[in-house]
Amino acid sequence: MTTDAVVLDGITKRFPGVIANDNIMLRVADGEIHAICGENGAGKSTLMKILYGMQPADEGTMHVHGELVNFDSPSDAINKGIGMVHQHFMLADQLTVLENVILGAEPGGKLIDFDTARTKFAELSAAYGLDVDPDTLVENLEVGERQRVEIIKVLFRGANVLILDEPTSVLVPDEVDELFRSLRELKAQGKTIIFIDHKLQEVLEISDSITVIRRGKTIKTVPAESVTAHELAELMIGSELPTPDTRDSTVTDRVVLDLVNLTVIDENDRPSLNHVSLTIHAGEIVGIAGVEGNGQSELVDAIIGTHVAASGTIALNGQSIDGWNVRKRREAGIGYVPQDRHVEGLLLSSPLWENAALGHQTKAPYSKGIWIDKDGAHEQTETIRVDFDVRTPSVDVAAHALSGGNQQKLIIGREMTAHPKLLIAAHPTRGIDVGAQAAVWDAIRDARAAGLAVLLISADLDELIGLSDTLQVIYHGDLVAELDPAKVTSRELGSYMTGAALTKEATS
Amino acid sequence: MTAPHQAPLLRRMSLAAAAPVSAALLALVFSSIILIISGSNPLTAWGDMLSYGSRLETIVDALNRATPLYLSGIAGAIAFRMNLFNIGVEGQYILAAFMGAYVGGQINLPAPLHVATIMLTAMIVGALWAALAGLLKVTRGVDVVIATIMLNFLAISGLVAFMLPRLQEESDSLTTATKAIPSSGQMPNLNGVVELVTREIIRGRELTGMFAVAIAVGIIYHLFVNRTRLGYDLRASGINPEAARASGVPPKRMIMLSMALSGAVAGLVGMPEILSDSHKYDDAFIQKLGFAGIAVALLGRLSPWGIAAAALLFGFLDASGVILDANDQASREVVVIMQGVILLAAVIAYQVVTRYRARQEAADATAALLNEAEATS
Amino acid sequence: MTATMEKTTAAPSGLLNTWRNLRTPVRWMLYAFFAIFVLTIVQGLPFDDTERLTAGATASAMLRRAVPIMLAGLGGLVSERAGVVNIGLDGMMVLGTWFGAYGALEFGPWGGIVLGLIGGAIGGLIHAVATVSFGVDHIISGVAINIVSLPVARYLSDQIFTGYTGGSISQSPSVDATSKFSIPLLAGGFGGPDLLAEINDWDIPVLSNIADFSHGLFADVTWFTGLAYALVPAITWMLWRTRFGLRLRSCGEHPTAADSLGIDVYFYKYAAVMMSGGLAGVGGAYIAIEQSNIYKEGQVVGRGFIGLATVIFGNWRPAGTALGAALFGYIDALKLIDIEGSAIHAFLLVIVLCLSGVVVWAVTRKSKVDAVLAGVMATAFLTWYVLSDSIPSPFVKVAPYVIVLLVLVFASQRLRMPKADGLPWRKGDH
Repeated sequence: MTTDAVVLDGITKRFPGVIANDNIMLRVADGEIHAICGENGAGKSTLMKILYGMQPADEGTMHVHGELVNFDSPSDAINKGIGMVHQHFMLADQLTVLENVILGAEPGGKLIDFDTARTKFAELSAAYGLDVDPDTLVENLEVGERQRVEIIKVLFRGANVLILDEPTSVLVPDEVDELFRSLRELKAQGKTIIFIDHKLQEVLEISDSITVIRRGKTIKTVPAESVTAHELAELMIGSELPTPDTRDSTVTDRVVLDLVNLTVIDENDRPSLNHVSLTIHAGEIVGIAGVEGNGQSELVDAIIGTHVAASGTIALNGQSIDGWNVRKRREAGIGYVPQDRHVEGLLLSSPLWENAALGHQTKAPYSKGIWIDKDGAHEQTETIRVDFDVRTPSVDVAAHALSGGNQQKLIIGREMTAHPKLLIAAHPTRGIDVGAQAAVWDAIRDARAAGLAVLLISADLDELIGLSDTLQVIYHGDLVAELDPAKVTSRELGSYMTGAALTKEATS
Repeated sequence: MTAPHQAPLLRRMSLAAAAPVSAALLALVFSSIILIISGSNPLTAWGDMLSYGSRLETIVDALNRATPLYLSGIAGAIAFRMNLFNIGVEGQYILAAFMGAYVGGQINLPAPLHVATIMLTAMIVGALWAALAGLLKVTRGVDVVIATIMLNFLAISGLVAFMLPRLQEESDSLTTATKAIPSSGQMPNLNGVVELVTREIIRGRELTGMFAVAIAVGIIYHLFVNRTRLGYDLRASGINPEAARASGVPPKRMIMLSMALSGAVAGLVGMPEILSDSHKYDDAFIQKLGFAGIAVALLGRLSPWGIAAAALLFGFLDASGVILDANDQASREVVVIMQGVILLAAVIAYQVVTRYRARQEAADATAALLNEAEATS
Repeated sequence: MTATMEKTTAAPSGLLNTWRNLRTPVRWMLYAFFAIFVLTIVQGLPFDDTERLTAGATASAMLRRAVPIMLAGLGGLVSERAGVVNIGLDGMMVLGTWFGAYGALEFGPWGGIVLGLIGGAIGGLIHAVATVSFGVDHIISGVAINIVSLPVARYLSDQIFTGYTGGSISQSPSVDATSKFSIPLLAGGFGGPDLLAEINDWDIPVLSNIADFSHGLFADVTWFTGLAYALVPAITWMLWRTRFGLRLRSCGEHPTAADSLGIDVYFYKYAAVMMSGGLAGVGGAYIAIEQSNIYKEGQVVGRGFIGLATVIFGNWRPAGTALGAALFGYIDALKLIDIEGSAIHAFLLVIVLCLSGVVVWAVTRKSKVDAVLAGVMATAFLTWYVLSDSIPSPFVKVAPYVIVLLVLVFASQRLRMPKADGLPWRKGDH
């Protein structure tokens, strides 16, 4: 019996406030393709960082080819034959492919032996079917080609266990086929491959074994041939979905937001949002479910105005807002709870009352004429503090002193008290404690009852099911399904989110 | 559940003062070493500077030197608040001073109007020159640092060097200068005000009236940055450009505005010399104030009080340093070296303090979170 | 600094393809020949007394002016290639002038070169400590060094030079330059044939001009200049052919990637910044030893900043930086040699020609804005040329800066700045 390539036993990793990995068990046989599936935040990336030596585990052991190992840095992992192909490529755009591949492992001594480098590169390229020109600058490469460079990079260093982090997330179907060809070739030559993916159809197509992780725990490890996509989806999401509150619908007929054929092009000239049409009525919460990176942020940016859509129209309360700048849209009543409060939502070093004004600084009560109304802002922030239970000794405290949950409550509070017509809430309860989460949900529900239209983007299914009146699923820049939150099953939802349902439909 | 713990006031204040104070001490030690190496007695040198420096005339001199420094610092700070490194204050103030002096010499208006016209001309010229760099950035993406450095040379070695000989006042003297500004264009001094509280100032030393203007500018800067909507937008853009953008601040407009305002204040930097001292622009016009202003702005951490303190410190050092040459204690270079060391040490110290603070806060936040978690479990 | 990239389009035509495949140093040499070609054309025009444009004497003067700028530029280049912007080049040059003069006094010109290098490197060390270890903003640190270096030089002069006859607080006694030699074969060095002079004598229209000009570059140059010449290929070789150079460049392009591959980013940044200071110091030493034969306060006159501009002009390539320095040196030299001011006046035509070229280029790229902008500027310069007899000297003096701005205006999108240039980097941040 061959020794397993990698065995992770009891791996636990804690961060302030959350347990990222909880007693994870992972066994990867030698020479197999092993997939790790799980939703965002399940703990997959943390696990792989530990395996690659980028982070130490708090508890647990690692064995590579039967040997107990302890990695302090990626160099240690590389020395043991582990190579990582990151999701966000670690390639220097303005260096050539060859330079990127040999960096840190240059053949020759002080003087680089380019001949040896080229020969080895050509060998690897041919052996594994990874076709790419070593002398072009990386910035001129297509995404699929860049990935090949990353793979050659790890092979160049003698990796025999390759970790690929969400390799297909940036590829189109043709490129995915190319990648899988290469992976099969690598396997045929005796390499072991671990890859993280949540596109279940792909996972089933290529892997030998699959481990599902959810909320930091290993749920199950199964051979690929013995499971279907729907079963996998259920394992990933959990078989119990929350039941939504029974309540009277507050959805009215009045259309607040009307998107027609909205298309956004990304920097690779591909549509990150593909002719999306959407309507939100007053008193309605439309939830967008989907795995992150399928177009949600582009949707938000296009509505807010920070990124201009390539085509299509947006209308707010019947009036077209195409061509309006961000300020005009905010002033027209679009409220915004950004997905990353530290990046887009707060001025961390400024006091709370200044943060309350952010996004509303041109109107009362935060400003009066050309002046900032300090008293008005204080009063308003006090109101927010009380009404939204923001735990802080005073409103003069700097924002970074608050906990994440209280920061989020402040943001929700400042948006709500500005009486928006449309609220864009992106991952509104991400990374906050349960109590704050409940408070945020209550606030959104109350506002909806008062006629607010809400666009809710979330990866938290409890949240989506619990809050939405209508559930849309976004996948690869398209809205692929409109579902009823009261009736949808986790299988169904998971299948749409991961594309499993689509492919099945396509092939049936 | 208690709110996260906030450090007590004393601790925060001492932390804020730690950086500049330690920087000043370091500079003092370093300069003393230099003095010792060159064979002077540091104690005598510092003693001489202190005793000379506490004379009324020297204090007036110090305030006179501090005034343009302060204005230069404020000018830089306006742009730095938005992370725009306006190195071009140097070129802006010289070009502005030249134009102001020229215009002032050509016209003849009743007193307050004359002075105001000169100042306004200078401010407009400075604003336009700075806005040019802003325009290059906004339309063509040209980096502000390089653009302003190039524009400095264009202004000083190009435009002013070209215009001065052609617009000069013909005279017998060897220096090239613009026409002298008549007395209606001269700013009255503040000696009267000073003499209210002290004795009569010895002839030859006058506290420039621009000192009062500088104070006013400082107050306006404080009000603008901290109290107005535009100032809010400005600060937000500097603290977190993405959050500012999402909140509606128009990025290009902000860049143009802050560069223009920065240049406008830069235009005032040369006014003390033009309005209170030489009353013309000539080839002996004081240079390097732009760069000194950058140092002062950074030392003062872009706050109106900090910049004032830094400007006063540098002004005092310059003024009292005069005695060193006279008493043959050491050369005046020690003073400038000290200023440079203070700057370098201070910015390093600020970094250290900032990192320390960030670590502390992260630790505090984690502790608070754990407390909360415990409380709810 | 911002500079976004333009993707090269697929399948260019044959000539374009050949051009793209040329090695970069070769490309820059072709630019140089093209430049001389343009100058020759202008010289042939029956307008002005333009015979000086491609004279050998002009070339010699250009060389002397260009070398310090180039050395500062190379210093800026090395530093930025590792991701650290060095605004303090000017200050490090000042230190180089002082230490260079001192070294030359005590140990002869070569001692001056060594000491100038050390002096500049000390400045570089300070910059490195502040920016790399403490994360101080690159601009701030550079400005501080610039502020400090002049008084430091003055202080040192007061301490040391005042003890010499002919020395004072603001200058040193005169120093000797390195001796001269000529490049063999091409310019009659070491008693051999003087090819270029011969070609010049043949009086063939363009070729002889090129020969005349090149002769000035290769004949009777000092060894120090020879050293400077050698540095360009040496630094190119170091950055693109050695392990050290590749790792250094990776720190300026993607420090996190380099870190993830086990490279000590801090080390390479330190090394690069100190080399940068050293190069600037050597540049300063050149000014003191070769150009003026003396240390004098205020010698540097902002040449460090021009050096920084040549880095941008040269697209962060040593050959390009050298060419940029040559351009600025050329303008400087013209001013010195051309007392009537007519040759410089003719240079306006050169600018018009170049801008017209930009118009053509912009049209082929279908960028209307660029074409209109260039066209307007070309017309403006042409009008100026026609309406005037000579250019006032201040404008000649600032011509380099105008050119840099023009390059930036039109080429900001095409320039290849190291991607992580100017960004403070800390291990573990990413």
